[in-house]
Amino acid sequence: MSEHIASAKLYIGVWAALICLTAITAGVSWLELGPFNIIVALTIATCKMLLVALFFMGVKYINQKMTVIVIIAGLFWLFILLSLSMMDYVSRGWQ
Amino acid sequence: MSDRAPVIATHSPALRHHFSNMEQQMEASVMGMWVFLITEIMFFGGMFCGYMVYRHQYYSAWVAGSQKMDFWWGTLNTIVLLCSSLTMALGVRAAQLGRRKSVVIFLLITILFGLGFLGIKGIEYHSHWTEHQFPGLNWAWPDANGNLVALFFSFYWAMTGFHALHMVIGVGLVAFIAYHAWQGRYSAEYYNPVETVGLYWHFVDIVWIYLYPLLYLISHKHISG
Repeated sequence: MSEHIASAKLYIGVWAALICLTAITAGVSWLELGPFNIIVALTIATCKMLLVALFFMGVKYINQKMTVIVIIAGLFWLFILLSLSMMDYVSRGWQ
Repeated sequence: MSDRAPVIATHSPALRHHFSNMEQQMEASVMGMWVFLITEIMFFGGMFCGYMVYRHQYYSAWVAGSQKMDFWWGTLNTIVLLCSSLTMALGVRAAQLGRRKSVVIFLLITILFGLGFLGIKGIEYHSHWTEHQFPGLNWAWPDANGNLVALFFSFYWAMTGFHALHMVIGVGLVAFIAYHAWQGRYSAEYYNPVETVGLYWHFVDIVWIYLYPLLYLISHKHISG
């Protein structure tokens, strides 16, 4: 990854996209969408996270496969934490 | 080492002996930083998990609590932090190109954005404190839902507090590498500390990217009942 140098234009473009997504998610929060508020907000947040990770953090340009495995494994562990915990609490009311 | 034997330099003086070349050294730095960031993801992940579970259990208290957030300060802070990530990324890019002055300037701007974020957070904290929204020490809530809303505010203070602590540490780290960059310790072939502190800064930004909608946005217009 030390070999790859992204252009300043790309970084400014990513930043502009992040600001636009922030404006969209802030605007949508003024609408009452019921359960869709959280879905829209977290989808946009995940898009922003991916932009920051792929470009600003350079994940897109990592050559070392082990590093990619570390990152994916970490996110998978987080997924286990959140999904299994919620599975428990959501299903407690079921008969 | 004080007694310097004449050494024929066949590699960069920044290369540590246990690495075969600069590229391998950089890959090891980046991977090591990511392993640390995974532990940070799990640290914040636990709090996010608790937040989700209790929002599910005590929905109306969560709506009531999150409507005490200041939408405009939160949105402004998100923008400030995204700007700081841009200047950080440009700082790392300047380091890759070996542009010493640009590195220092971009890092100093990043510090200013970071301090701006902390200042705005301080304004918010002050108003929450004066409105008795600090559970335990300074708490008052008008209706019977108070204990559950206090739980919401406990999460609010813990999550934003740990995030702010990471920002304070981040500002310190950026100041440290800015000083070293100014001293000329980095070059186009060795800038690993700039790269890894950059990764840390962006990670802290990502934590806020999730805190912002969860605290400020998702229940902005919901009716607590």
